Amino acid sequence: MMRLFSALAAGLLFGLGLVVSGMTNPAKVLNFLDIAGSWDPSLALVMGGAIAVTLPGFALVQRSERPLFETRFTLPKITRIDRPLIIGSALFGIGWGLVGLCPGPAIAASGLMITPVLIFTGAMLAGMAGYRLITKD
Amino acid sequence: MEQATDFTPITALLGGGLIGLASVLLLATNGRIAGVSGIIGALFSPGEPDRLWRIAFVIGLIAAPWIWVLAPGGAPTVQVATSLPLLIAAGLLVGVGTQIGSGCTSGHGVCGLGRLSGRSLVAVLTFMAMAAATVFLMRHVL
Repeated sequence: MMRLFSALAAGLLFGLGLVVSGMTNPAKVLNFLDIAGSWDPSLALVMGGAIAVTLPGFALVQRSERPLFETRFTLPKITRIDRPLIIGSALFGIGWGLVGLCPGPAIAASGLMITPVLIFTGAMLAGMAGYRLITKD
Repeated sequence: MEQATDFTPITALLGGGLIGLASVLLLATNGRIAGVSGIIGALFSPGEPDRLWRIAFVIGLIAAPWIWVLAPGGAPTVQVATSLPLLIAAGLLVGVGTQIGSGCTSGHGVCGLGRLSGRSLVAVLTFMAMAAATVFLMRHVL
């Protein structure tokens, strides 16, 4: 039960961060990516602000043997830089650049029931589900 | 579709800090990486045993803007494209791409870089470069 509550709290906090920083507005994201045009550097500071917390925070957390409400840490095991990493990230980048939505802001902004965002998120979920069902990953 | 937005350094840093805090919280309590594409993607995996915490995280994420609406901020600004084929193509690319590449802006960006993962650094540089190139093409070439 506690681990559901903590996951809910983390989701809420994460979403609030996205709203406060303006990252739920695709125009702001696209203007960050548009270096040759109306550049808005905000996204760099959002990333920077987040990493300024995760860098020391993760190091501190991983000093303990196990998380508070689970028996162990579940961390990515792969370290090699392979073809799927590059191809997948490239495809994601193209999609991100087309509309300015990535998974976090897409889900958070979907809560506001804005039709274009819901259409994007529906397609995104279909893409995720299709991949997972086909690869049985 | 090109709408000017203001550079907002204070709220960007503040919001970024909250995102970082949320990621540290999830690792400290549940031992999990706060990567949104991974948390959601695994919900569709036939063999995934651990769905409930993922659903709880997603509920929190969806509910967050409403706290903002009901509290001081008012409705958050959302300026988004309206072309149906564009939205569907972009959504599919983001959905499939993040699953093939095992992560997005949160998993590889906020969390991966926070763990000093070389794999995540390569992913971030790749999707940032491709996204910037896509915007350049869409706004300044086509």
